[in-house]
Amino acid sequence: MSDDTAGAAIVLEDVRRSFRSGRRSVEALAGVSARARRAQITGLVGPDGAGKTTLMRLIAGLLRPDGGRIEVLGVDVARNPLLVQARLGYMPQRFGLYEDLTVAENLALYADLQNLSAGARAARYAELMRMTGLGPFQSRRAGRLSGGMKQKLGLACTLVNPPQLLLLDEPTVGVDPVSRRELWQIIEHLVRQARATVLFSTAYLDEAERCDQVLLIHEGRLLGSGPPEQFTAAMRGRSFIATAPIDRRALQERLARTAGVLDTVIQGGRVRVVTSEDSPDIRAISAAVPDLTLTPIAPRFEDGFVARLRARGADGPAAAAGTGVAQAQPAPYAQQAPGGREAVIRVSEVTRRFGEFTAVDKVSFEVKRGEVFGLLGANGAGKSTTFRMLCGLLPPTEGALRVAGFDLRTAAAVARRRIGYMAQRFSLYEDLSVRQNLRFFSSVYGLSGRRQRRRIDWAGGEFGLGALAEAKAGELPLGFKQRLALACALMHEPEILFLDEPTSGVDPLARREFWRRINVLAGQGVTVLVTTHFMEEAEYCDRLLIMAQGRVLTEGTPDAIKAAARRPERPDPTLEDAFIAAIGTGGAPQAP
Amino acid sequence: MRASSRRLLGLARKEFLQIARDPSALAIAFVLPAVLLLVFGYGVSLDARHVPIALVVPSPDAFTTSFTGKLYGSPYFEPRSFRSIQQAERALAARRVQGIVWLQSDFTRRADTVGDAPIGVFVDGVDANTARIIEGYLQQVWADWLASLARSHGQPPSLALAEQPRMRFNAEVSSHDYLVPGLIAVIMTLTGALLTALVIAREWERGTMEALMVTPVTVSEILLAKLTPYFVLGMGGMLVSVGLAVFLFGVPLHGSILVLTGCSALFMLTALGMGLLISSAAHTQFAAGQIAIVTTFLPAFILSGFVFDIHSMPLAIRLITHLIAARYFVTLLQSQFLAGDIRSVIVPNAAALALMAVVFLALARLRARKRLD
Repeated sequence: MSDDTAGAAIVLEDVRRSFRSGRRSVEALAGVSARARRAQITGLVGPDGAGKTTLMRLIAGLLRPDGGRIEVLGVDVARNPLLVQARLGYMPQRFGLYEDLTVAENLALYADLQNLSAGARAARYAELMRMTGLGPFQSRRAGRLSGGMKQKLGLACTLVNPPQLLLLDEPTVGVDPVSRRELWQIIEHLVRQARATVLFSTAYLDEAERCDQVLLIHEGRLLGSGPPEQFTAAMRGRSFIATAPIDRRALQERLARTAGVLDTVIQGGRVRVVTSEDSPDIRAISAAVPDLTLTPIAPRFEDGFVARLRARGADGPAAAAGTGVAQAQPAPYAQQAPGGREAVIRVSEVTRRFGEFTAVDKVSFEVKRGEVFGLLGANGAGKSTTFRMLCGLLPPTEGALRVAGFDLRTAAAVARRRIGYMAQRFSLYEDLSVRQNLRFFSSVYGLSGRRQRRRIDWAGGEFGLGALAEAKAGELPLGFKQRLALACALMHEPEILFLDEPTSGVDPLARREFWRRINVLAGQGVTVLVTTHFMEEAEYCDRLLIMAQGRVLTEGTPDAIKAAARRPERPDPTLEDAFIAAIGTGGAPQAP
Repeated sequence: MRASSRRLLGLARKEFLQIARDPSALAIAFVLPAVLLLVFGYGVSLDARHVPIALVVPSPDAFTTSFTGKLYGSPYFEPRSFRSIQQAERALAARRVQGIVWLQSDFTRRADTVGDAPIGVFVDGVDANTARIIEGYLQQVWADWLASLARSHGQPPSLALAEQPRMRFNAEVSSHDYLVPGLIAVIMTLTGALLTALVIAREWERGTMEALMVTPVTVSEILLAKLTPYFVLGMGGMLVSVGLAVFLFGVPLHGSILVLTGCSALFMLTALGMGLLISSAAHTQFAAGQIAIVTTFLPAFILSGFVFDIHSMPLAIRLITHLIAARYFVTLLQSQFLAGDIRSVIVPNAAALALMAVVFLALARLRARKRLD
């Protein structure tokens, strides 16, 4: 071990790895060199498809690198994977809990597998149960735990024989904010108390700020490494909150076109602005919009990431995004002018029971035409059930649902024709080409002949998919897959668009592009309903509804919900703070 | 890293807990063999009954009637009378009848004078098995008739057909006796392979395999922990099958239980080994199930000699049958059930099974790696 690597638990030297996908070779890691220090949390941060999981598996000795060297705790992984595996704890993205086994039995199995001596067990189990709060559920089968509890049990199983190195592959994905916060507390406690080294991968950029060190990877390459402050330091003095007496979407659109503006994001009723490096003169920007106020705020990790991505130029799929949206402005889409603000979705006193279990309990809300409406809630809060009822896939036990003026009890099929739906994992036919997917989804909705051709041409131009028409959907980069999925959902010009966590895990530029499109659609009078527990997405919504245990906890604009959570010790709560506060007052989420 | 008994025990305990709580493994081990045995045991029958045959007797008299009466009296045949052989042949071609018995017009005369009565027998050869059975039954009727002639006339006429070798079809012995033991071998091939292939594929699907792999557990421990519980389960399925054979189908068991158990154990290891090998290639339950059926069940069904006679196969196919484990087990089971402990049958076939078990388990061990690529 050289002096240079003495303090490092993981040393990566020019690590390369490709995979075969059909006849093509896909480069998952294109030469990554990095280090992770002992007794620290190193964040492996990057969007989906960046190569995080591949890197984790290489470090755990589950894959062999094509080139380069990986040293873990002073051991060459390729040479002696078993020795490394004896010293590390690894929690894969879908942790392998045995769902038929109880909490205690799962724990006992991993204690056996990790050779924990019989004498040490009782104390260790008690410690882990206390840490995870799973004590009261020891005899419950793992399959019956909520999503967040499963993740905590997975973590407990990995920790049963305290490892020197802990590899966590996206442990917070699909976990509600409350459980996410608890997971982080467990991990931070572990590093402080047991001096363990943690490698934590995540696509949530806000989590990067909680790490000691960050390895930022994108498209198989290391985009930067260092403490998170280093990423934000370069952005100091460049982040502002913009307010103006015009609609926030119009404000964002204006600012995005202003010279010297690098990035704009809607946050509640305001717009977050990041200026580019070479234009420190904010007066010029202020002049772009009448009565604009720019308030300086602290930069965040995402600003640094976006700046780096933009600096790389137009080589990524997301970088070309701006042009596509700009063309979308005089969109041929606007059939229904944003006329009256009548309610397009009306949910009144809806209850849905499954046997004894009440999944949705007397829920009422309305969504107006052209509104972007968010449905938030922890795992098992009843979001998906509500969503399915709105799509006409599940009849309510009691109450009435009207979508686009149709009662879903009597005219579900008619109402469905007015709805476009985009699933979380984009339900595309991966073996079909872009054009074939568009043709299929348009014909499913009854389009044919000239109208179908016109819509396919529209999608090609509008979403920049024209050049890729013959490419297989499965081989598209993630950002393009997302565009294609949205295009497919819009082929029949629906009045209402349903989105299920549309941008979780997508890189920040692709996410911005996506939401700009959604904003354009909303401006044209399309009503958008989003379910998510990704707070970033919630910020884009006009109004939010937070659900817990099947009931409505609170409803309002993101700003109003944040304001309600304001406390003396927390003068400027984030939406996540507000969400946790709302859930807290409404009773802690429990497993079904 | 050396094997640890704690890890092994932990894994095996987990496996038993899962079996107890998730009935799918129990279904494969016990319900699948029972259902297949019932379906095939009753469905695949080589007993021909009420076979329609054409009877052409241009000049009937008392002598011919004494023969045709035998045919009408037989439970195996349903004779239909035709005027001419041409009509009968049309009926055969249209598969309205499965055979023709033609007593030519000089039948009685020649039986009395020359001693070789011209009887024509045509059997629909499309289904070779049934054809052979019909032929056998006809010969039996013929022989019965000759015997009754001998009793009434004191001396049988030497008739041509009687000279032909008689097939030994005993009316009392049902085909279940030799079909069911073979069927058990075929079914246990599928059960054994499915048990291991499916449960490992399930671990891949649910992500538990990836979590297992990064623990200090070794590949041998994982395989051994799978092999042990499912061996127990598979032998349980075997017990159910033998029980059904003896008590439901009434197949006599002449051999010793001990030899039967030993042979079954060897075979079960082979089948489980095939399943482990499949699981190294198939990481979804669907794929594992498909591969298990195509690579174990179908070859066992067709090439084990359980229905189709291996000796009547072309040489190339005959050589291939030596690679089918069920072939040896079919032979062993049939002789254990119907004949008893016959050393000359047991030793070579059991040795072949032992060799195959070693080969499959070794291949499974070599193919399984603690890596995802």
